[in-house]
Amino acid sequence: MDSLVVKKSLVDSLQASHSENDSGWILHHVMDGNYLDFSPFFKLYLPKIELLGFDISITRHVIFMWLAAILMFIVFTSVARSYKKSLIPKGSSNFWEVFILFVRDEIAKPTIGKGYEIFLPYLLTAFFFILFGNFLGLIPFSATFTSNIAVTATLATLSFIMIQFGGIKNHGFVGYFKGLVPHGVPIFLLPIMAIVEFLGLFTKPFALAIRLFANMTAGHIVIYALISLIFVMKSYLISPVSIGMALFIYSLEVLVALLQAYIFTMLSSLFIGMAVHQDH
Amino acid sequence: MFVEINLALVSLIAAGGGGLLSVDQGLAFWTTLTFLLLLLLLKKYAWKPILEALKQRELAIKESLEKAEKAKEEAEKILSQNQANLAKAEEEAKKIIEQSRLYAENLKQQILNESKAQAKKMIDDATSEIERKNIAALDELKNQIAQIAIDAASKIIKENLDSQKNQKLVQDYLNEISKN
Repeated sequence: MDSLVVKKSLVDSLQASHSENDSGWILHHVMDGNYLDFSPFFKLYLPKIELLGFDISITRHVIFMWLAAILMFIVFTSVARSYKKSLIPKGSSNFWEVFILFVRDEIAKPTIGKGYEIFLPYLLTAFFFILFGNFLGLIPFSATFTSNIAVTATLATLSFIMIQFGGIKNHGFVGYFKGLVPHGVPIFLLPIMAIVEFLGLFTKPFALAIRLFANMTAGHIVIYALISLIFVMKSYLISPVSIGMALFIYSLEVLVALLQAYIFTMLSSLFIGMAVHQDH
Repeated sequence: MFVEINLALVSLIAAGGGGLLSVDQGLAFWTTLTFLLLLLLLKKYAWKPILEALKQRELAIKESLEKAEKAKEEAEKILSQNQANLAKAEEEAKKIIEQSRLYAENLKQQILNESKAQAKKMIDDATSEIERKNIAALDELKNQIAQIAIDAASKIIKENLDSQKNQKLVQDYLNEISKN
């Protein structure tokens, strides 16, 4: 009883200090908001929209999501147009082709195998959506919408739907759920295995969502924390160190941005492949 | 201690309604809408033509490679055929040359033999001709000598012996000699 009170007070004090010490600005920067933050210059407030009682305001992350979507549409329709002119890629088409071929030949083909073509549009869109989001987040004054749990959870949900779609399409509704439990399991283990495997269906996309969210959030938090070292120590002398380290983390973030887009797509593809080929 | 810090961190992150771990329904709604719309649009206007073009290009490359391979094989075949033909032609030429040489040799031998025979015959002819001429000349000489002898004798003897009688006498004498 006593320890619980202690815990509660600890939490309270942490929360209190969090707002008192004004380190909340880190979370403010990382989290969603109803304004575009161009501080210290100005803040651009966005409209609030409500639909059937739901708050569907246009937020910072929505704006950058749309920006990524528009960029993607422009880039890839122009790539498609360049291919329509001639099969020989020119200019930036070469660059984007590398990624498209990578997703096709290194992610979708080996993990899904035969019939991978149906899932390719989803995997490509997810890959570039996350990639564009990650890189947009690295631009100053922008926000990383892929570091929002709502976004990653939605993406993971779509992956979940694709996984189930792949499984049901290949094995039928009943066959798919029957095949979830591997063959040769002793009878008395069957109920446990069924529950474990069924839970496994949901833990996979859950892990996808948390992984992307945590990776994209952590890097930004570390950068902000390193910058805030200057203010915590109240000294300019620390600034070369903290900026140098922040720069290092930033370069790491560039790597992470690429890697997380790859990992999300790779794992989605892998899970789809596992659902499509249940026997192994 | 560890558990307490953990708990504190979780509550910090998930604090109240606006925590880091709270799923904002509005954002989820926009994400779903944006992503699905993007997926549909890109599928139609980007992925389909791009993937189609890539496949076509791969096919074209594969085809042209195969074609090149085929052409190379054909060229090699033609080359080997040419070489075989050349070798055959050379052999034939050699044979023809050999044959003609043999023919020429034979011809030469034949001509040589023929000319030898002809020469021999000519020599024989000439020899016999010479012999005949010799005999004729000898006869002539004999006659002339006889004539001269008669002339001389008739000059010497003159009057008492007429030439006709003496000639007959000498002729008889000569015949008697040749008979012996």
